Amino acid sequence: MTLTAIDWLIMAVYLVFVLGIGFWLRRSIRTSTDFFLSGRSIPAWVAGLAFISANLGAQEVIGMGASGAKYGIATSHFYWIGAIPAMVFVGIFMMPFYYGSRARSVPEYLKLRFDEKTRGFNAITFAVMTVFSSGISMYAMAKIIQSLHLFDAAFNWAGVPTERVFDASVVISSLIVLVYIFLGGLTSAIYNEVLQFFLIVAGFLPLVWLGLKNLGGLHGLAEKAPRGFMHSWQGLAHPSTNPMGIEWFGLAMGLGFVLSFGYWCTDFLVVQRAMAAESMSAARRTPLIAAVPKMFFPFLVIVPGIIAVTLPSTVPLPNPAAQVAPDTKLARQGIIPQKVDEKTGQPKFDKDGRPVFDYDLAIPNMLIYYLPTGVLGLGLTALLASFMSGMAGNVTAFNTVFTYDIYQSYVYPGATDRHYLWVGRITTVGGIALSIVAAYAATRFNNIMDMLQLVFGFVNAPLFATFLLGMFWKRATGHGAFFGLLSGTAAAAIHHGLTLPEGALPGIKGGWLTGGGAIPILHWPWPSIPLAHRYYSEMAANFWMAIWAWTTCFVVTIVVSLLTKPRQDSELVGLVYSLTEKPEEKGVPWYGRPAVIGVVVLAAVAGLNFIFW
Amino acid sequence: MRLDIRIPIGLMFAVLGALLAAFGIFSNRAIYQRSLGININLWWGLVLLAFGIVMYLLGRRETSSARPADETPEGRKMEQREEKMEIEGRRRRPGH
Repeated sequence: MTLTAIDWLIMAVYLVFVLGIGFWLRRSIRTSTDFFLSGRSIPAWVAGLAFISANLGAQEVIGMGASGAKYGIATSHFYWIGAIPAMVFVGIFMMPFYYGSRARSVPEYLKLRFDEKTRGFNAITFAVMTVFSSGISMYAMAKIIQSLHLFDAAFNWAGVPTERVFDASVVISSLIVLVYIFLGGLTSAIYNEVLQFFLIVAGFLPLVWLGLKNLGGLHGLAEKAPRGFMHSWQGLAHPSTNPMGIEWFGLAMGLGFVLSFGYWCTDFLVVQRAMAAESMSAARRTPLIAAVPKMFFPFLVIVPGIIAVTLPSTVPLPNPAAQVAPDTKLARQGIIPQKVDEKTGQPKFDKDGRPVFDYDLAIPNMLIYYLPTGVLGLGLTALLASFMSGMAGNVTAFNTVFTYDIYQSYVYPGATDRHYLWVGRITTVGGIALSIVAAYAATRFNNIMDMLQLVFGFVNAPLFATFLLGMFWKRATGHGAFFGLLSGTAAAAIHHGLTLPEGALPGIKGGWLTGGGAIPILHWPWPSIPLAHRYYSEMAANFWMAIWAWTTCFVVTIVVSLLTKPRQDSELVGLVYSLTEKPEEKGVPWYGRPAVIGVVVLAAVAGLNFIFW
Repeated sequence: MRLDIRIPIGLMFAVLGALLAAFGIFSNRAIYQRSLGININLWWGLVLLAFGIVMYLLGRRETSSARPADETPEGRKMEQREEKMEIEGRRRRPGH
């Protein structure tokens, strides 16, 4: 792909502003609260846009586009079922405790509500997980830059071999993120997330507009798109009748309830943005404001994926895969080519001999196909910005949890605030260094990364049960919460060990308790246990794993709580629903009240589901 | 001093919009074949320029509406609770 001076100029302007914001904000950082929580002074709309932007890393943009190309508009379940209801819930019901308790992090809330061990378990798993996500984000960005040959021309011009593009991408992106977080802390990250939000919209709107115009609008797209691509609920009565391989109950409970509430209501990466808001009412409005653009994101990121597979296969391929052996012919779907094996350079086929398509190319290929130089630079800058803000979100969450919940709690309590501010800055450097290590680990040991993500899946799945009981049932105890979490995690691991998605071998995809399999350490000494269930797809296996983990945690927490000594009511004021004053809404106009906004948002989502039934 | 985010956003989009629009005026028409013959640089540049100017003006006009925590009843209550629980480190006193 060839970029011209104007594209580079646009990227340069963006960089100047990103770094400029960091330098400007440096002056406003005086205390650790300024650095980690923006001094709790962010207006609701800014926090709201940062709330969705922190999650809108490029894996999300690329992944949702890919999923749109694979499954069609049904991908919007990840937004309409898998995000909006949870965002409304956290704003209306949970924010009073997060913000009102003045906890500085999600693990710290667990400490206030339950006990030290529950906090420690959550803080440590979260810290490790965020470092790895940030590393994976970095890896994905460097990979995309490499495969699009973005910087090849510049490297040739400078006489540096193009194999170094990957290293340069990692180093440059981490330096940029490091500089602006080191200087401006969370405020810097939040401001850049807002900047990135507008950039994504500015870069992708012309893309969607041109694509739709080309195919004759939404109606034209609906006529030409593969069958069923414009319907989100059809075929969901049974897992065998839809491409995602899941039925409505697993989707609604697994994705819509357990996974979505577990992420949007308990993940510190997003909750931190609301905790930084300027007042209780702003904190409560943060996720609700975020829900409005979130609801329309499918049109920005999923529709381009659908357009990519709908275009006729006769149009020239915008970005021919360069590493293919010259004599092989690639199959293609729209402007999405077949996947190519990196080592052999041969096209990939699945076990039934059908070609495997490289859906991750949907968004990049669309950008190159429709956008001329100029706007193309804008689109690519938006993509790079979303990689960096995804990384920055993880780094800010990591440095806060590490400094407050690990360093201040276990390593060196009772130091001055200035000391913790200093530790926060050092942790930022350390966190980014660890992310770089993780990014390179991902290039060497793909299996280890898959393994880690799996383990984090086990740890995360039950989390929402703990918060739900903690906030709404004052009888729940610390022992209950801790053992609930442990058993929920174990339940996830056992479920994974006893089930397998269609077409997969025992190993990383599941079934490891059944003996044998791809992972040598899992050759069990005892006779193999039969497989309990085979799911129609990996997605279904994931959703059901979450359901089992959540239910186990919920039940165990209740049972253990009833067997252990409850805490005094007076200790739980501000932490539990029944013992906390309802936030005052006097003086807030009716349209500014969280409950009203929440109902409007939910009604709008129901409307969207109805339109794309 | 706190920076209103709308000012950098406004400036950045105004600059980007102006760059794109200017490029759109002087660029060769042939490059717009892929954007269906539409001079997307010029038109989208103008849209971004307008957006940038509006954001910048909004940011300039509005002085920060944030109030220190102890000026609202809600905030004061929270500060008291905070003190009792001793969970926040040294805080800035009003006037600093």
